[in-house]
Amino acid sequence: MDTILPILPEVLLLTLAMLVIVLDPFLKKGMNHRSFLGFFTVIGLLIIFTLSLFFVRPGDPILIFGGMVRFDWLGFLFKLFFVFAAAMTALFFMDTNKLNQRAEAYLLLLVATIGMCLMASSADLVMLYLSIETTSIPLYILAGFLTGDEKSIESGFKYLLFGAMTSAVLLYGFSLMYGFSGTTNLYDLGIHFIKFDSLAVGITFLLLAGLAFKVSLFPFHFWAPDVYEGAPTPVAGFLSTASKAAGFAVILRLLTAVFPAISANWSTILAVLATLTMTVGNLIALAQKNVKRLLAYSSIAHAGYAMIGVVAFSPLGTTSAIFYLVAYILTNLLAFGIVGIVGRVTGSDDVSAYNGLSRRNSTLSLAALVAFLSLAGMPPFGGFVAKFFVFSAAVQSGWIWLAVVGILNSIVGLYYYLNILKYIYLYRMENQDEEHNPVHISRPVGLALIILVTGVLFVGIVIAPWFSFASHAALNLF
Amino acid sequence: MQFPFLSIIVFTPMVAALVLLMIKPEQKKAIRVIALTAALLALTLSIWVYFAYDKTSAGYQFIEKYTWMPMLGISLHFGVDGLSVPLVLLTGIVMVTGVMISWGIDDRPREFFAFLFILASGVFGVFASLDLFMLFFFYEIAVFPMFLLIVIWGWIKTREYAAMKLTLYLFIGSVISMIGALVMFWSSGANTFDMLILETVKFTPDFQKIWFLPVFLGFAVLGGIFPFHNWSPDGHVAAPTAVSMFHAGVLMKLGAFAALRVGIMLLPVGAKFWAPLIMGLALVNIVYGAFIASVQTDFKYVIGFSSVSHMGLVMMGFATLKPEGLFGAGVQMFSHGIMTALFFAAVGMVYDRAHTRDIPKLGGMIKPLPLVGIGVIIGSLVSMGMPGFSGFVAEFPIFMGVWKTQWVVAVIAAISIVVTASYVLLVIRRVFFGKIPDEFEGHIIPINLLDKIALVMLMALMVGIGLFPALMVPWVQSGVQHVLILLGGV
Repeated sequence: MDTILPILPEVLLLTLAMLVIVLDPFLKKGMNHRSFLGFFTVIGLLIIFTLSLFFVRPGDPILIFGGMVRFDWLGFLFKLFFVFAAAMTALFFMDTNKLNQRAEAYLLLLVATIGMCLMASSADLVMLYLSIETTSIPLYILAGFLTGDEKSIESGFKYLLFGAMTSAVLLYGFSLMYGFSGTTNLYDLGIHFIKFDSLAVGITFLLLAGLAFKVSLFPFHFWAPDVYEGAPTPVAGFLSTASKAAGFAVILRLLTAVFPAISANWSTILAVLATLTMTVGNLIALAQKNVKRLLAYSSIAHAGYAMIGVVAFSPLGTTSAIFYLVAYILTNLLAFGIVGIVGRVTGSDDVSAYNGLSRRNSTLSLAALVAFLSLAGMPPFGGFVAKFFVFSAAVQSGWIWLAVVGILNSIVGLYYYLNILKYIYLYRMENQDEEHNPVHISRPVGLALIILVTGVLFVGIVIAPWFSFASHAALNLF
Repeated sequence: MQFPFLSIIVFTPMVAALVLLMIKPEQKKAIRVIALTAALLALTLSIWVYFAYDKTSAGYQFIEKYTWMPMLGISLHFGVDGLSVPLVLLTGIVMVTGVMISWGIDDRPREFFAFLFILASGVFGVFASLDLFMLFFFYEIAVFPMFLLIVIWGWIKTREYAAMKLTLYLFIGSVISMIGALVMFWSSGANTFDMLILETVKFTPDFQKIWFLPVFLGFAVLGGIFPFHNWSPDGHVAAPTAVSMFHAGVLMKLGAFAALRVGIMLLPVGAKFWAPLIMGLALVNIVYGAFIASVQTDFKYVIGFSSVSHMGLVMMGFATLKPEGLFGAGVQMFSHGIMTALFFAAVGMVYDRAHTRDIPKLGGMIKPLPLVGIGVIIGSLVSMGMPGFSGFVAEFPIFMGVWKTQWVVAVIAAISIVVTASYVLLVIRRVFFGKIPDEFEGHIIPINLLDKIALVMLMALMVGIGLFPALMVPWVQSGVQHVLILLGGV
């Protein structure tokens, strides 16, 4: 039992995935069928979440399964994030046409989640590569899931091409690492990378290309807006949160396990990339008229903010990066959830589709207010403390200029987030007849929105417990 | 364990906002009643705190401290001193009068009052917080509802522009100060955001000289300091009446107060080094603001620029770093808050009826709106610093302090009094006296009871403090005492 316990979340996820696909043919087609599968998945995920939270808590970090997996707080925390994000995404699936009728959609979601869970805890190059692929392949399919919709197909195909390409580059980097050291275990590799010589430079760039794609760092961000725009909205939300967080988990582990000796060089490169990522993401977001594309660019910028915490390369830095991801996952899922509802009702993702929303559904508008202000970094929402900690970590490690860059960027961000609120609260629908065009929220989505809004407020106000969780994870790495 | 007055004052509006958001939007009557009740509760408690404050001892009182985040030394730490306790009272008064005057808002009143109360909560929080992190937390809470309030209920012509401009200015200011605060936190070595402890940390003089300016100016943006005052007249004019009252009456004090508390009190050596510059900027504020105000034709812009001018006096009082100047600035914050709240209330009442704020088009308003006219006249006397009104208690000591520091500045600044007198009197004559234009004859409906109560409350305070300065002087003096100890000279 002891050996199976650390991978209990993965085992349970796999069981759930099997159950979903096996149950599907036995269900009668129709309305009930849809909501049954959805709720089955969601309840299963929530049970997994609770079980993991209480029974899979790691003690001192240990390597298990022949060094394939490291059982530590980083993996534990990120697994919780992924399972939670998957549960929320499954709730959003239930409200999306085509996704809710097919058991495959839930299956793919669950398989991708298994991959992410392994990504966060794998301690071996082989395991890491396999888990990255396990994550990516289902996501390619999900992005292109709406087979009748050209944009969705384009999105899936583009994601596949970019993903396969960078994954090949990443694999090349891994093979170099193995070739020059003779080991694939991350925690044995560290002694081989003490100097920033030409080999280390080469590997750094190869790895960066692969991982920067995952978290959409500049200059590997080009795929994000196109993929998010075409993919079904809940899938885009999942990509921008869980998948990105998984990338960060890998970056954090690689940096601390393999490259601590040359962290100064890495940090400088990452600082430059973070600056460019934030700036490019925010500036292009200013010009967006499509909310999904806007959120895509904004999520590029947010990867830059979280990267500030990584650059700081200190326990506080890592803690704040993880904390940032918590706040970001909750907020961005919320934002994409709202975009999904508006998209379903108005059939458009254009900002003008949000005209008069506050008169059409005032509760939904308040949720949007929470989401966008939290993204902008306003208290009492999660985004504020997250940014505060990230900047604080940067200042602590002497990266004052980076903190200033981050702050200037958050001002740009504030501008376009407030702009959306203007559409929601100020502008009217063309016929000024909001009263007769209410926006209804279905039950599963309403549930997800309530959970997420509460979460965003909770992270922003009751700070201490989450922070101590994140700092456990950080201390396990250093 | 004493009764937690301050945290109740801070969180009452926040809770009220949440309650309001739970009510059905159609129940407008219930929404207004709840809003007024919450505002009255906050006011009652702040009056209690004001009078229960022990003015014989310098330092903080009503202290409450709850651990919030021990890892970084962040706690929920409330407390007031003689400088902040009048401002807490001011916020309570403006909140109540603001609700009374906004009674007639018919477009989404639920959201209006909820946002207004979130704003009020933020303002109370900044005045009462003794923790640097908390101060930023509440400071930002006070900034963002402003955007929504102006953009949704503001003056249709400029609201989008003004709201965005205001929010960006204030946000930029606050985040720049935040960097300064973070640097202070890490270099203090105390691992705490507690301002009582940070006050005792002796930062090196070089450090203070580098970081004072960004911290002070970052906050002073909200205090309307030149050359960052630009957002304020536009914001005042575009905002709906109650929001203008809050904005000019309370929010600008928030900036000045935070600049004092974080800038001057935590970095006193830096303050001494940069005081001449601050004084210079404040002088521009005072004189330039007054001249610009005198050429405006829009009633609300006149008041907007006069606010810039008067807030300059507060900054100038700070920059003297002398007992008289600081004391005057403390009283001026309160007096100016009440005065502009009254001005904006009056402008709003005239505009709601005449549908124009263009001064040449108005006239003879004293007949249909006698109380409004009297209010504006009293407000004008206050703004000129006439003895017998609260403005005198505030401005005279400021000039004394400035005279002691640099008499030339005092002489130049005194020009503004003359200019102020000229434009306020001119505005009164044109708007309230003379012949009433034909189009308004018989169309100006009188103000209602709630409006009257609000106006009388504000007027009574200005006259009351003018005639009985003892109602405010000891409080502010005890607060100034503490600042002087930190500045190293008594």
